[in-house]
Amino acid sequence: MKSLSTLFMVLLLSACTHLSTPLRGTGDLGVIIERADGSVLIVEHSNGTTLGRVTGLGDLSHASIVYSRDARYAYVFGRDGGLTKVDVLKQRIDKRVMQAGNSIGGAISQDGRWVAVSNYQPGGVNVFDAHTLERVAHIPAKTDDGRLSKVVGLADAPGNRFLFSLWDNGDIWHLTFNGPNDYHIKKFPKAGANPYDALISPDGRYYLAGLFGEDGLLKLDLWQQPPKVEKILQDYGRGNKKMPVYKMPHLEGWAVAGHNAYIPAIGRHQVIVVSTDDWTMQKRIEVAGQPVFVMAQPGGRYVWVNFAFPDNHQIQVIDTQTLAVVKTLNPGKGVLHMEFTPRGDHVWMSVRDENRVDRYRTSDMTLVDSRPALSPSGIFFTTRAHKVGL
Amino acid sequence: MKPWLFIFASLFAGWVQAQPDSDRQKAISHIVVQDCGSCHGLQFKGGLGPSLLPEDLAGKPKEYLFVTIKYGRDGSAMPPWSRFFNDEEIHWMVDQLQKGGFHEKP
Repeated sequence: MKSLSTLFMVLLLSACTHLSTPLRGTGDLGVIIERADGSVLIVEHSNGTTLGRVTGLGDLSHASIVYSRDARYAYVFGRDGGLTKVDVLKQRIDKRVMQAGNSIGGAISQDGRWVAVSNYQPGGVNVFDAHTLERVAHIPAKTDDGRLSKVVGLADAPGNRFLFSLWDNGDIWHLTFNGPNDYHIKKFPKAGANPYDALISPDGRYYLAGLFGEDGLLKLDLWQQPPKVEKILQDYGRGNKKMPVYKMPHLEGWAVAGHNAYIPAIGRHQVIVVSTDDWTMQKRIEVAGQPVFVMAQPGGRYVWVNFAFPDNHQIQVIDTQTLAVVKTLNPGKGVLHMEFTPRGDHVWMSVRDENRVDRYRTSDMTLVDSRPALSPSGIFFTTRAHKVGL
Repeated sequence: MKPWLFIFASLFAGWVQAQPDSDRQKAISHIVVQDCGSCHGLQFKGGLGPSLLPEDLAGKPKEYLFVTIKYGRDGSAMPPWSRFFNDEEIHWMVDQLQKGGFHEKP
């Protein structure tokens, strides 16, 4: 009788545990940065609900996220040098370290074991054990004259490689990392003036770095033996005067549709269309302001663009068949970021100054609904866990 | 002191103390925190742009900061802001920055 009641208690307890944490997948989850308040929202995009808020992540201006390969943990890179591992299922901080004075972004290795963070101050890259957040390597980004450069455009590539660029002297560095005692660096010195951000193509072949100090981009072909850096689109600004840039564009992901890639011009209110076959310019598309994010809808039928201050209340949509702007949306003040659901049925956008995240249907480009968020910036769905370079 | 800086210093020798009204102050604070913050950090600890913390601005002449904000700095990523703020407003911004008067929620 006693054992029966014990069994009953055990059953009751396990039932309670199940009730408080029902099983669910992470495939439709996401994290939204609330940049001013050092918090993040956990959301799900099947129904568009907010599941919870995690606080205590520090200065999240310009924060970005990568995911563990099981798509359960979000690694949040904060501006203040904080690296926070958030458990999106339990909606709580799993681990947090202050890894530098001032950082800008990060990446996770192909095998999911290492998280690399790029830092402005002190300039360099730190590598962490993805499981424990223990620092396993520190790579100072020393320029020729011995100064430390700000590191930008850190991205992962196949073969457990990380690529990054040095803002101050224009190097591209190629780091192969297989453990604290098994890594090496190859440098491509002084490749271009002031690289500001970079991306990896989804096939892991090209590392493209945008340049602020001159027109054009740097293209590193990782399939070439040996890999080589080339400057492309060097004359994209020809014939028109550079305008002031009130926010640096981001090269995140790969806005590619068919044989064309879509890239923000620097200091010009244009999206540059470049052929990925021969890297020649196909067209400059005039848009409403300095583009910040130029993002292809999954499938590549349309490309969505947001803009720098003072034009950051708008979104424009480019038809990749006609290379024309087919829609201008006015979501509100301070549209900072967009994120597509994995199959592209919706796009979410953060409207910072109106403390909202809006969800638009892509089929007719109309607003579906909104949810409150405190000065939202980056939106990151877990689908990134399984993409190279994100 | 560089000659051009001396000229500007003389021009603004009488540092104007007139202030924007409180609504405008609020709007400027918002832009300074959010938009300047995208390069200098929301807490002004620096980023692509340098730190704007009071202790880091302490040694810098007001006129130099004024000129930097108004006209931007060639050869750097700092754009000119004269399109969005008049002189009086920039003076006020410089004063506030040096005092640490801008916060996330003004």
